[in-house]
Amino acid sequence: MARLAGRRALFAAPVLLVVTFGMFAIAAASPFDPVRAYAGTAALGADQDTLDRLRANLGVDRPFAARWWDWLTSALTGDFGQSSVMRQPVAEVIGERLVWSALLCAVAFAAAVLGGTLLGVLAARRQGGWLDRTVTSLAYTLSAAPVFWTALLVIWLFALELDLLPAGGLTDTASEQVTPGQVTSHLVLPAGVLAVSQLPWFTLYVRQGVADALAEDPVRGARARGLSERTVLVGHALRSGLLPVLTLIGSRVPELITGALLVESVFSWPGIAAATVEAATAVDFPLLAALTALATLAVLLGNLLADLLYGLFDPRVKLSEM
Amino acid sequence: MAETAVEPRWRSYGTRRRSTRTVRVRTSVALVAVTVLAVLLVPPLIQLDQQAVDLALKLQPPSWAHPFGTDDVGRDLLLRCVYGLRVSLFVGVVAALTATVIGTAVGATAGALGGWFDRGVMRLVDTFSSVPHLLLGIFIVALFRPGVWPVVVSVGLTHWLSTARIVRAEVLSLRSRPYIDAAVSGGASRWRVAVRHLLPAVLPQAALAAVLMVPHAMWHESALSFLGLGLPSHMASLGNLIQTARGSLLAGQWWPTLFPGLFLVVPTLAIAGLAGAWRERINPRRRSELML
Repeated sequence: MARLAGRRALFAAPVLLVVTFGMFAIAAASPFDPVRAYAGTAALGADQDTLDRLRANLGVDRPFAARWWDWLTSALTGDFGQSSVMRQPVAEVIGERLVWSALLCAVAFAAAVLGGTLLGVLAARRQGGWLDRTVTSLAYTLSAAPVFWTALLVIWLFALELDLLPAGGLTDTASEQVTPGQVTSHLVLPAGVLAVSQLPWFTLYVRQGVADALAEDPVRGARARGLSERTVLVGHALRSGLLPVLTLIGSRVPELITGALLVESVFSWPGIAAATVEAATAVDFPLLAALTALATLAVLLGNLLADLLYGLFDPRVKLSEM
Repeated sequence: MAETAVEPRWRSYGTRRRSTRTVRVRTSVALVAVTVLAVLLVPPLIQLDQQAVDLALKLQPPSWAHPFGTDDVGRDLLLRCVYGLRVSLFVGVVAALTATVIGTAVGATAGALGGWFDRGVMRLVDTFSSVPHLLLGIFIVALFRPGVWPVVVSVGLTHWLSTARIVRAEVLSLRSRPYIDAAVSGGASRWRVAVRHLLPAVLPQAALAAVLMVPHAMWHESALSFLGLGLPSHMASLGNLIQTARGSLLAGQWWPTLFPGLFLVVPTLAIAGLAGAWRERINPRRRSELML
């Protein structure tokens, strides 16, 4: 298992190198000028001399490849530069928000996997039945609904009309401290919406996998031996039907991050998303670059996780041979 | 799955499923037709100003005069939604075309040339698939400043990867067909084989990918616009409409949020239904594949 992880890490390093290099290349090709971004309105009245000196001081007069190398070497020591919009080091900005984003994503992902598996099995049990048709059409409709739109409608229904749960934030506005109880009640809606946005995919794939497995010989054999329907469904069909889903879990990490970005910004969740949107609006390049690199890293970790899960659940796959 | 499952117990469902499938395809066709007609015909035929502000009529709930209600400055929401759909659909179609052209060119070249070029290009495709699309889109739009073209370019540049993979796989499977061998041994040039034999065979797959990408691109544009990074507000797309509706939603008015979203959901479902039927026709063996 360690060898597989090592091999994946070996592949991840060049990916990160190319992605970060690409970011600097895009920035160099864009009309974005770091000097004007740094000086702000003061740059309007400044003469060319001052601007040139500032350019040399900031080190942005050199080719983008050299700047990329500088960024990379200092990033390896944990220094991602200074965020101009937050007025604090990028590492600090990310550090204090990462926990909340990770919490939201983990809760939502777990809920989506559990709920999706349950609904998928129920739908596959009687294909073409009313439950199957309801679940399938709901899943297709939900997967077509933009997550920020469902989030807004959920706020309207649960926070405004029914007044059950808070509409956003991490704690009540009056409260000074972050208590677990408050965080939980504030987490329910965003995590629920994020889970529901990821759920259709799991449901449809589990349904497909279980339905395919139900038509295969091992299941027929199990039925012939007189095993109970529950054992056949959960012990045989689900076990082999879940495998293809496991391999694809890793490929859902980008969608999860994208969904989290939108959900966080609707619910004013103090995670990475708010920082991303602010960084983009203010063209805060150091922060934006670090966040993009971080998201890429998360996707690569997701791929690794999927490989490990597959090896864990499928006895035919030996991890040492992957 | 459908045809291989010969369990007698399920047979009876087969016929019913086929008929619901026909209904679904017909509904999809009708909805896509209505969408396209509305987007093309309403602006020139109906002489109503979608920007007409009437503060006396602000935030009216849905009624006979205004089926979708009015927004916070009294503009008719049905009209705003049709115009918003027009903008979103335009961006979606142009971005999907851009992505398909890039993806087809890259995928076909990689598949046809093979060797180190193929390996290098596909490794690059894998690399860029590791960046979440929306984040890369935000990155590009932020640096090139909000506007129509940065949005189109960012969606186009982030979506060609899947098309490139599909087209490459198709080209690879075609390369070993006898008629390609015949053309090559008949003395046809590389270019001629690519343009006369490979490209026409790949086009249906590429076109299908393009159609499926339109709703995806629309979704992408509306997400960027919703975050305030997409289209400028005078070119109100569906995403802009939902963004501006946030204020009235918190005051309890649900209609300015609900209807623009429905204008995204319904065409997406219709296009997915249509593309699913199309895929079954050009590739009947892969019937069980999900339309996601």
